[in-house]
Amino acid sequence: MGPGGLARLHGLFAAYKPPGLKWKHLRDTVELQLLKGLNAGKPPAPEQRVRFLLGPVEGSEEKELTLTAASVPTLTDHPLDSMVRNPRVQPAPALGSVRLHPWNEVTTWPRPILGAASFIEERDPVCFFPVCGPTFTSLKVGVGHRLDAQASGVLVLGVGRGRRLLTDMYNAHLTKDYTVRGLLGKATDDFCEDGRLVEKTTYDHVTREKLDRILALIQGSHQKALVMYSSLDLQTQEAYEMAVRGLIRPTDKSPMLITGIRCLHFAPPEFLLEVQCMHETQKQLRRLVHEIGLELKTTALCSQVRRTRDGFFTLDDALLRTQWDLHSIQDAIQAAAPRVAAELEKSLRPEPGTQQLPGLGRPWDSKGPSSGLGLESCAGH
Amino acid sequence: MWSGCQSANSGRQESNSARSTLLPSVNEQSQKTQKTPNFDSELSLEGLDDLPPLSPLQPVSEEEAVQIIAAPPLPPVSFTLRDYVDHSETLQNLVLLGLDLSKIEKQPDAANLLLRLDFEKDIKQILLFLKDLGIEDNQLGTFLTKNYAIFSEDLENLKTRVAYLQSKNFSKADIAQMVRKAPFLLSFSVERLDNRLGFFQKELQLTVKKTRDLVVRLPRLLTGSLEPVKENMKIFNTRLFKVKERHLFLTYLGRAQYDPAKPNYISLDKLVSMPDEIFCEEIAKASVRDFEKFLKTL
Repeated sequence: MGPGGLARLHGLFAAYKPPGLKWKHLRDTVELQLLKGLNAGKPPAPEQRVRFLLGPVEGSEEKELTLTAASVPTLTDHPLDSMVRNPRVQPAPALGSVRLHPWNEVTTWPRPILGAASFIEERDPVCFFPVCGPTFTSLKVGVGHRLDAQASGVLVLGVGRGRRLLTDMYNAHLTKDYTVRGLLGKATDDFCEDGRLVEKTTYDHVTREKLDRILALIQGSHQKALVMYSSLDLQTQEAYEMAVRGLIRPTDKSPMLITGIRCLHFAPPEFLLEVQCMHETQKQLRRLVHEIGLELKTTALCSQVRRTRDGFFTLDDALLRTQWDLHSIQDAIQAAAPRVAAELEKSLRPEPGTQQLPGLGRPWDSKGPSSGLGLESCAGH
Repeated sequence: MWSGCQSANSGRQESNSARSTLLPSVNEQSQKTQKTPNFDSELSLEGLDDLPPLSPLQPVSEEEAVQIIAAPPLPPVSFTLRDYVDHSETLQNLVLLGLDLSKIEKQPDAANLLLRLDFEKDIKQILLFLKDLGIEDNQLGTFLTKNYAIFSEDLENLKTRVAYLQSKNFSKADIAQMVRKAPFLLSFSVERLDNRLGFFQKELQLTVKKTRDLVVRLPRLLTGSLEPVKENMKIFNTRLFKVKERHLFLTYLGRAQYDPAKPNYISLDKLVSMPDEIFCEEIAKASVRDFEKFLKTL
């Protein structure tokens, strides 16, 4: 593959992390698979270098040893397969009695590994470099927003220069979508199904309406928190415009903020929620399910947390385990690149409010009570 | 009362002789509780006292009647240990330990074995040995209900087997856990245990430590049948996630049928050995795209 493949490997892509796999193992597996792909393919022809070899001059009858120039393949980048597949390619021409050992390059001739040919066929397309080792030995692969072992879903990874984009994504404070499955009637110590059982309750009194009411309350309180952490003064027109468009973002670190939550499916004891949030951890989402259970005057635990969207990467973009190989990842990076660039540019642009209303100045000074009313009703949320 | 006693005693004596030799300990004990009747002495006494022999048809006063101890005789042969439990100290002690005699007596020859044992000689030593191993008092009951045959094992053999396990670097706690989960473990000879451990290590190509962990967690692999393991060797050498994903997909489609007796049976071998495309087409009867969509819902 060589350097060409590596060039197309800088950027962001999304993988689907299955449940039960640690994010670090996923990252390591991806790195290994990429290296495997990069090290495969035909190695370049061995380079030649000029050496002066001591030996009897051919064709003459003198016994004197003279130096003759000869072009000899070097062994520094010598791949094993060419030696095995073309046994007539000798490392050095046989000169008779004297042969200077090229000991300043390599001290021992590479010994052909018995049975190596069949081994290579089985393990195609890997080839072995007995002198210098494989061309690529490590790749820098970074992970975006992590997922814990029990959760599953879209996991964004960055390769090479793409890792810088990961930081940009982090600073863009984009929201993420999750589907969270809950189970009524039980409570455990770690809010998961396999935790230690703490309490069992009945849940016959729970209805869809009650659940929806609780979810609306949660969304409302988080909306207030969102405004607080965004350090925006909601009395300003720009802030109001942004709030209306749903573009309020926190400025820096904040606890989990839920921008949207709704119930997709309710079939007691199971229920399915869709949560749109940021700055979350999966454990906090499970705790949320537990707290919803408490609010409903019963108990609940969380049986599945699955991320369906991370920023602008959705489930459709996520690569499954069978697709974690060089070509699929390269294609995914290329496909995602324009979208990534556009979205990051948009989110890191200065606030639209300050620039889009240059001519209006301070509208509420001139407008008077009507705008005041509008702002009050907005602030009262 | 006297003649009543006599007839009861004679009745017992006859039944004693008629009883099968299968229940020697009960014989001894029931004989201990009875006075050995001696007709000759009674007759001579009778002669001395000049009293006529009492007949069973003679009316007896209430007080005397109440004082007659006329328990039903011990049956010579029985299908249950309930009949003997009150007369056997061994059985009483075993019940107090927590053994479930109702389960044990269903096994052929089990009851006979238990009744022949002597508490002091055989049972006590084994119990002390088990306690030493680390099995708690409240766990002894369940253990012994399963493996009551351990009482007939030689204590030296048991100790040798434990020493063997310790030599393979199983900790004391490990051995206790294994014995608790697989009560028959110590009834296996050292050779057999060694063969089984070697089998799992070789077939599943595990390191020594991993074999140890596996056996500590699932000691019934050592005691159970190896047939299902040998038949499904491929599945054990496949990555877990692969088996899980395919199985869940089949369950979602309603095609997870692993019982050979039922229709649409899918052999475990076919579950893992095929590549994805063939698996989807032929076994799951779905497209690879559907499989991928399903995987993204896990």
